Amino acid sequence: MKRLSVTKILVLTVVALIAVAPMIAPAFYVTLLNYIGLYSLVALGLVLLTGVAGQTSFGQAAFVGLGAYTTAVLTTQYGWSPWLTLIVALAITLTVGYLLGLITLSMGGHYLPLATIAWGMSLYFLMGTIEQFGGFTGITGIPPVSLFGFSLERESHFYYFIWIVVLAALWAVANLLDSRPGRAIRALKQGTTMVEAFGVHPGRTKTAVFVIAAVLACLSGWLYAHLQRFVNPTPFGINQGIEYLFMAVIGGAVSVWGAVLGATFVTLLKTWLQDLLPKIIGEAGQFEIIVFGILLVLILQYARDGLMPFLQRFVPVTKRVLPAAGDRLQHRPMPAANEPVLSVAAARKTFGGLVAVGDVTFNVDAREIVGLIGPNGAGKSTCFNLISGALAATSGSIKFMGHELIGQPASAISKLGLARTFQHVKLVATMTVVENVALGAYLRGSKGIIASALRLNKEDETAALAEAMRQLQRVGLAEHAHDAASSLPLGKQRIVEIARALASDPILLLLDEPAAGLRFAEKQQLASLIKTLKGEGVTVLLVEHDMDFVMGVVDRLVVLNFGQKLAQGLPEAVQADPAVREAYLGA
Amino acid sequence: MDATIAALLTQDGLTNGSIYCLLALALVLVFAVTRVIFVPQGEFVVFSALTLAAFEQNKLPGTVWLLIALAAVAAFADVLSLWREPKRMLRSMAGTSLPAALAALLVWGVASAQMSFAIQVLATIAAVTAMGPAVYRLAFQPIASATVLTLLIVSVAVHFVLTGLGLLFFGAEGVRTTAFTSESFTIGSVSISGQSLLVYAFTIFLVIAMGLFFKFTLFGKALRATAANRTGARLVGISPNFAGSLSITLSAAIGAVSGLLIGPIATIYYDSGFLIGLKGFVGAIVGGLASYPVAAAGAIFVGLVESFSSFWASAYKEVIVFTLIIPVLLWRSFTTTHSEEE
Repeated sequence: MKRLSVTKILVLTVVALIAVAPMIAPAFYVTLLNYIGLYSLVALGLVLLTGVAGQTSFGQAAFVGLGAYTTAVLTTQYGWSPWLTLIVALAITLTVGYLLGLITLSMGGHYLPLATIAWGMSLYFLMGTIEQFGGFTGITGIPPVSLFGFSLERESHFYYFIWIVVLAALWAVANLLDSRPGRAIRALKQGTTMVEAFGVHPGRTKTAVFVIAAVLACLSGWLYAHLQRFVNPTPFGINQGIEYLFMAVIGGAVSVWGAVLGATFVTLLKTWLQDLLPKIIGEAGQFEIIVFGILLVLILQYARDGLMPFLQRFVPVTKRVLPAAGDRLQHRPMPAANEPVLSVAAARKTFGGLVAVGDVTFNVDAREIVGLIGPNGAGKSTCFNLISGALAATSGSIKFMGHELIGQPASAISKLGLARTFQHVKLVATMTVVENVALGAYLRGSKGIIASALRLNKEDETAALAEAMRQLQRVGLAEHAHDAASSLPLGKQRIVEIARALASDPILLLLDEPAAGLRFAEKQQLASLIKTLKGEGVTVLLVEHDMDFVMGVVDRLVVLNFGQKLAQGLPEAVQADPAVREAYLGA
Repeated sequence: MDATIAALLTQDGLTNGSIYCLLALALVLVFAVTRVIFVPQGEFVVFSALTLAAFEQNKLPGTVWLLIALAAVAAFADVLSLWREPKRMLRSMAGTSLPAALAALLVWGVASAQMSFAIQVLATIAAVTAMGPAVYRLAFQPIASATVLTLLIVSVAVHFVLTGLGLLFFGAEGVRTTAFTSESFTIGSVSISGQSLLVYAFTIFLVIAMGLFFKFTLFGKALRATAANRTGARLVGISPNFAGSLSITLSAAIGAVSGLLIGPIATIYYDSGFLIGLKGFVGAIVGGLASYPVAAAGAIFVGLVESFSSFWASAYKEVIVFTLIIPVLLWRSFTTTHSEEE
């Protein structure tokens, strides 16, 4: 028999407890568990949106209200079936969520949380003022949901319905996070430059996450309306929006079970405080809010990432089973040796009056290793960013395999077969090495969010991970596949970046100061790796400071100084060039 | 709407806007130094107004108990964390518990001796300011290096605690304090109240004073250095705890003054702080939580929008304020470039 991992045993225990709870727990706790289930759904959306993708939202309660009011109005005033209103509610949420996401997600930094407060307040107020919505008194007489003719009127029956939805949502979100689009979502928090370089469209991905969180909130609202059979605007205000964020953060906003833990903890704590404190202190007042606040502060001081990561320390980590290294993904046709790959013609980039790169011209042919060197401030990195699309050139032309790159976004450029590494390593710290590398193969997979959430992506996923393993073997880091990316020393992290770039099956590999911070032995390994890659048909353009390293690796050099091309040619010739000597030594 | 009403609304908007502006400045200051979005800023405003009101009614302000509670808990926390190093423990207490205890004594003395209005005002400012170090010590110092999101959640939790304590120590009744002056001036058909003029004057004074503080004093420079680069500031000997504590203390002082200014204009309840603070926050965000002049302009804009929308659609006042913010946010967000490199 296959041994179950500790995590699986824990999950099964929790599911079993949920299943038997209504039979053993008092009715009061069944009611509480119903609410915990509803809150978990919203908190789960926030785990995805805020914890994983890094977009703080105070406005989730408004989406809960959207779901609740849609069904309340349509069932009581138009006599629609709750199942029909569910579809309508989801359709409305999809539209509203998409539009709001489109408008507000383009805001960076602290603008987004404030914007979510703004529309959260507006939607809340709207619910209270529209006459058909019953004003602040609300709507009563919402019918119960019935399933195959069986009415889920009793709370203990509806309990199972709620928790089946919650568990299904947990399963789907966990699936999603562990997939091709999931890796892109998890990488979003670290900024957009890196994901764009591997073909992810950050704006679209953020909007998708936002819509998923909104849909989960709407689902919770629909369930709420049919559980309570009554709605008014109070539970959909900004205070509840803040409370949902509390649940997600206290639970530990990086794991799906953190949502359930956070919802359970906050709900039980509030109930107990309201129940116990008057008994202890003897008078009702705002003591519970004081004690509640103090406890929250203390918890975050002792477990600042939330309860789930705190508890997870006591559970042994189970290594996932990875597919063997394999080459199952499609390859793009590679150009024959000496075919032109990249030609930069009079490329220019100015920042205000400063000319960072002034009319630089050079070209790179297939299976060549070209080094772009120059003293500090010569414009190497700017030039590099022009080619990869991280910056837009002011004028000139950059052609890659016959396509003009200027004006193209980084994600389109990466589609053409150009992959890069970063001067400041940009690995996703919360993902394992193999997951980081698999992100490089993003464009070689096709399964989207829905297929991934429903686990219809097995083949795609195995192929991507097998490819990641293959690249890790290729660069000699296969034994680190399971390690957290941030646990590796810098030198190895740079190599992981190369493996990630290789996973995209590039024609041209751009390496941005790959030897910076490496020890001597590591540099030697890196040099031999680059030469092996050349032998395997990859073309390489590298920016580097370390002259010894460059001289031993490249076929040809291009020297920049003050944004201008100073010289180009074979390493020895360039080294002997008096102009180059003067630029470097000032002699 | 005729010109007189417009002028009246503008005056009203400017007055509220000036107070939001003070709060926005405090929020920018605290965020720049500590990365905390300081939600409880509004509570300082409320505590200040409620303290002065209690003085005026010849009651002992609840501030005394609040300060004693903060002093005691902070001292307890210091003993818990530093009992092995008595010197550091005493130094920490001298910076947090001692000022709070002294302020409690002062408030008690002023209330029981029924001293003059001017002394009551000064005692109010001292009492609210003395809460700053204790709030920082207890809530934020232990997690100073956490993420902005975690700090925000702690900040909201502190807001809850202070609101609850406000109800406990001050009760649920709303108060209005006496205006500093009942004079009013007439220009053409428009009359301008002395209190409004006082608010403008004080706002302008404080903006200039803060400018001078940051430019010319060592403490001001230390705060700026910490805001620009925490690690760098530490390397040249500026304690991040000291900078954090100082920034929250300053913002408590600004909150105290704002409370005195807004007290005669609006009825203040124990829970009024959130909305007042939120509007200051809106102003601060419009300024990108970084620029003082833009934050000030943003706050005054909020005050004006609020004042005019309360005339046209008073029920929708808050909604209009917050909805109008979205286009401004979009514009700010597109014109500010976000750099990714650390």
